[in-house]
Amino acid sequence: MSAAVADPSAVLDRAGLGALFDRLRADGYELIGPTVRDGVIAFGPIEGVSDLPAGWGDEQSPGRYRLVHRDDEELFGYAVGPQSPKTELFPASRRLWSADRDSTGEVRYAAEPVAAQRLALIGVRGCELAAIAVQDRVLLRGHTQDTTYQARRADVFLVGVNCARPAGTCFCVSMGTGPAAGPGYDLALTELLDGGRHEFAVAAGTDRGEALLARLPQRPATDPDRSAVAEVVRTAVGRMGRELDPAGLPDLLAANLDHPRWDDVASRCLTCANCTMACPTCFCSTVEDVTDLTGDHAERWQHWDSCFTLDFSHLHGGGPVRSSTPSRYRQWMTHKLGTWVSQFGTSGCVGCGRCIAWCPVGIDITEEAAAIRATAAPPDEPASRLADMLGEVLGGDVVDGTGNCQGGGSR
Amino acid sequence: MTVSPAAELAAHPFFVDLADEVVAAVAPLVSRLDADPGQVLGREGEPAGVFYALTAGRVALEVHAADRPPALLETLQAGDVVGWSWLVPPYRWHFDAVAVGPVSAIRVDGARLRAEMDADPVLGYALAARFIPVIVDRLQATRLRLLDLYGHDHR
Amino acid sequence: MTTADPAAAVAAAGTAEDLVPRSWRVLAVTPELVDTVTVDLAPVRGPAPPYLPGQVNMLSLFGLGEVPISVSGDPAVPGVRRHTIRAAGAVSTGLARVRPGDTVGVRGPFGTGWDVAAATGRDVVVVAGGLGLAPLRPAIYAVLARRAEFDRMVLLYGSRTPADLLYSDELHAWRARFDLEVKVTVDRASAGWAGEVGVVPGLVRRLGVDPGNAVAYLCGPEVMMRFAADALTDLGLPAGRIQVSLERNMKCMVGLCGHCVLGPYYICTDGPVLPWSAVGDLMRVREL
Repeated sequence: MSAAVADPSAVLDRAGLGALFDRLRADGYELIGPTVRDGVIAFGPIEGVSDLPAGWGDEQSPGRYRLVHRDDEELFGYAVGPQSPKTELFPASRRLWSADRDSTGEVRYAAEPVAAQRLALIGVRGCELAAIAVQDRVLLRGHTQDTTYQARRADVFLVGVNCARPAGTCFCVSMGTGPAAGPGYDLALTELLDGGRHEFAVAAGTDRGEALLARLPQRPATDPDRSAVAEVVRTAVGRMGRELDPAGLPDLLAANLDHPRWDDVASRCLTCANCTMACPTCFCSTVEDVTDLTGDHAERWQHWDSCFTLDFSHLHGGGPVRSSTPSRYRQWMTHKLGTWVSQFGTSGCVGCGRCIAWCPVGIDITEEAAAIRATAAPPDEPASRLADMLGEVLGGDVVDGTGNCQGGGSR
Repeated sequence: MTVSPAAELAAHPFFVDLADEVVAAVAPLVSRLDADPGQVLGREGEPAGVFYALTAGRVALEVHAADRPPALLETLQAGDVVGWSWLVPPYRWHFDAVAVGPVSAIRVDGARLRAEMDADPVLGYALAARFIPVIVDRLQATRLRLLDLYGHDHR
Repeated sequence: MTTADPAAAVAAAGTAEDLVPRSWRVLAVTPELVDTVTVDLAPVRGPAPPYLPGQVNMLSLFGLGEVPISVSGDPAVPGVRRHTIRAAGAVSTGLARVRPGDTVGVRGPFGTGWDVAAATGRDVVVVAGGLGLAPLRPAIYAVLARRAEFDRMVLLYGSRTPADLLYSDELHAWRARFDLEVKVTVDRASAGWAGEVGVVPGLVRRLGVDPGNAVAYLCGPEVMMRFAADALTDLGLPAGRIQVSLERNMKCMVGLCGHCVLGPYYICTDGPVLPWSAVGDLMRVREL
């Protein structure tokens, strides 16, 4: 199931796309869009259409990301790079407050003012729009608002793109987040590059999107245009590299916290935290208190953190609650696919596949979920006892979902 | 050559001195367990319907909590019996029983055995009387360990 | 469309209060145990925010860091906030060494408190282990302040040795009351100890309160809480009427940083006080 495709109302040509960027800049937005940098397609400041990764695509598979150059002018002919809009909206480091201590020992604390920002994010995918919505729920409508996210999110113009070339690691269809750009965009583009034309069908998703669109040189969208857009999306749906069945996952994972698969994936996982850094919805952070050399000026900084670090679950006066690798991998996956739902109402995963591509050992969250589902304990029965019983029947070996034998129910 | 669990039962130190009728009553309720290192035989809080007469290997009784390092309470080896929670209400494991290395054991269906013990007082007394010294022995050992005899804060 | 000034600052209201410490002054320091002191704090400026029994303040030393410490005083006493601190890490050791007149950074109060109202018209069973008596003390005060609204009240308290019993003067004062039953036990006796030697769940088993009518409040090491809660449910107390106070790595205290999760719960906002019916199974899962 993919997000419903909105019908385009207008079509821009390349010059029209350039005019869109000019208009946004004239309106005071800082353009952040995809460019080729350091061997990846990364979000960064852009000036115009010529900064976009024309002719570049990406090949992605577990533990592998490669840029490939095609002999065409397609501007959005790739899937997703290692970064997501999270990098712009939820910065990796920020100062929370400063404090100064005077000669009498009196301390004055000052909250860090957060500068308002007007960003226009260009080329945002369906999965990324969904991720922004997920982070909005967590950081704006949770127990407390994150002030930096609130300030940076307050005035963001979103120019989405319907994906034409999913990567081998994508599974947005399974998660209902793509390949078409879903709700949240101001404008959504579909690149139409066929028979000598290079145009962009545009759908407006908000009033201000519509207002901006009205000021651009364009032609009205026709039925053939709409069919072409639908075809792009349909083709992309058919090219999903992976799938994940989210049905009943929260209960399934909660009932299988002792499943032997956690040990299995832990034998591969390096706890390097790449997945949490690449993930567009991960939001965990830590704080660090620092002083200067005088000792009279202190600051507290907030940084991205990862549940994979040993310190993450450190208990005051003791050690970490989750010291083993299986426990940390389990925490990440059961939170992302399971407990996130009861906390925030949706899955934490948007099917972008970054964690699969950027894992140095190629761990695939869809494969792990499928493996647990295949050999899951029924909700009342602990996995270890099931494995025991299976072990008795099969003579000490348990066949897991991938056809590999494991010894009966090892922890 | 595989010895049947029932034959192993009669030879196991816990059952070897029991009357033939008692062993015969237990024999239909046994099966063989071959556990891998790390395999959990019983988990704290879960219903305790079985117990194990160990024939090879070592089992650790453990307790774990978020706010402390995992604690190894005691180890049991071949010849010992693991688990008496099946005999005592509320019939729930009090600690985790985990195989330290590969473990072989005779698994006894304690829930069914208890029903038979209730129905046959002679059988019931014979088995309960066999368990009591084991439990007392462990209690004494625990008390001695509580003394922390090898610690440094005693005069 | 007007162009906003990109440098215009958006004042961080609301949540900034929660994230930025205020300066509080140390009024008094009372030694409790070898490594534990009680520190009385009051704000340098402005009023002390009200708190619920069981809530937590984040105490910080300038440039060093922060630790979450339960408020352990009497909620009815205005202005002063009492905290019992054990020296365990760098920050808590520093806090355990403060002197009257020193300043400390304070954020809070945070988290859920003991649901004392749930025990109205019922028996109150307080089960504490070790330092766990500190977060429970405000609840004890709150019940004693309106004693007639509750039925029987029992305090079960266990520690490692007699020298580790917290608030011993107060324990004696409570024991002297006719409307509060106090049972104390230690794991190991020292010379001259004439009281019980045993474990807290053992005290629970001999409780004698009507399980259908009681609410229990538990705080202490997790193993103690697990076994005591099991002993209570064995007596017939419903898991929903057993409250436990949990601890995890609480940093932001406002449900944003993600560190303190236990399964679906954020201990800083859904807890630290949670019903046993919600967390009992989660607490038995290793390394969760």
